[in-house]
Amino acid sequence: MWSRLTSLLLNGWRVLVRPSVHYSLGFLTLGGFVAGIVFWGGFNTALEAANAEAFCISCHEMRTNVYVELQETIHFSNRSGVRATCSDCHVPHEWTYKIARKIQASKEVWGKIFGTINTREKFEDKRRELAEHEWARFKANDSLECRNCHEFAAMDFTRQSDRASDQHSTALASGDKTCIDCHKGIAHHLPDMSGVPGWE
Amino acid sequence: MKKRLALYSLIALVTCALADNQVATLRGATELLDNQVATLRGATELLDNAPAPSMAREINNDQRRVRDYPMAAPTVPHKIEGYQIDLAANKCLSCHNRLRVADSQAPMISVTHFMNRDGNFLADVSPNRYFCSQCHASQRSVKLLIENDFVSMDELFTKAGTSH
Repeated sequence: MWSRLTSLLLNGWRVLVRPSVHYSLGFLTLGGFVAGIVFWGGFNTALEAANAEAFCISCHEMRTNVYVELQETIHFSNRSGVRATCSDCHVPHEWTYKIARKIQASKEVWGKIFGTINTREKFEDKRRELAEHEWARFKANDSLECRNCHEFAAMDFTRQSDRASDQHSTALASGDKTCIDCHKGIAHHLPDMSGVPGWE
Repeated sequence: MKKRLALYSLIALVTCALADNQVATLRGATELLDNQVATLRGATELLDNAPAPSMAREINNDQRRVRDYPMAAPTVPHKIEGYQIDLAANKCLSCHNRLRVADSQAPMISVTHFMNRDGNFLADVSPNRYFCSQCHASQRSVKLLIENDFVSMDELFTKAGTSH
């Protein structure tokens, strides 16, 4: 068994390291190029499909918990019809960070298989931990996903309420605070906030 | 016999006409006029649905309002839509609680809110004062449905010619 496997692998390796006998260099180069485009396109399409709202809420954990909560908020239902869906806030747009986040998210597949949050009670028990992961991520990337739409440079303070412009022109402008420091729980219910800075 | 029948039908006709007239007057009375609301349904027939009034915006100008009497719960002068107030978190207290007012510069909740039902002062908000929106409401600028004839005690004092 073991020797058969090693001989199979060795044969495969020999084929790979020897020059091609049947196909021309041009065919292999062009073929490789075309196959590259097809595979890359396929990979990207699959990646985008995994970013779709329909994909996220195909799991009941997302559909019956966080998705329901999102529907009450301004990011889902508003006068202008602009809607932020799951991936807009939870997946970075830039490629490198996106791939890193996607690899990190493979933990969620594990959670799905073993039913880590497959009931409301289990989800509520984990809510603080899950929320803290997201708060930490937003804090570390200076609320990048907020800023993908809400650009500081494009904010018109005169259109904001006095309270909002006071905070944005001081704490946010100086870089002392980032969006998530004050805007926690804007898209989902808050977990037990005891001990969270700003919620004493 | 024939005469009787004719009489009966005449009476029936007259009654019908009168009743119809009455319904018409009733309908007229329930027509919505300013400051005259017959019922919450207004002039809508029982089996119909009235169009929902458009949503009014919450006033968000941060201007404190006068209270009608000293112990009145102050109204909220800003938007509180979507504020979470439950066992897990209280959005109001993230600005108005004792330890938060230095950062937020918001008015601190009244000291009575730290007092439990036995009159003892607690270290944090008393559970029976925790649900802010039970007493404190944000305001919306809408036309009054009915005229408000509330007379504040200040007006009473003025009328009585005394000062308080």
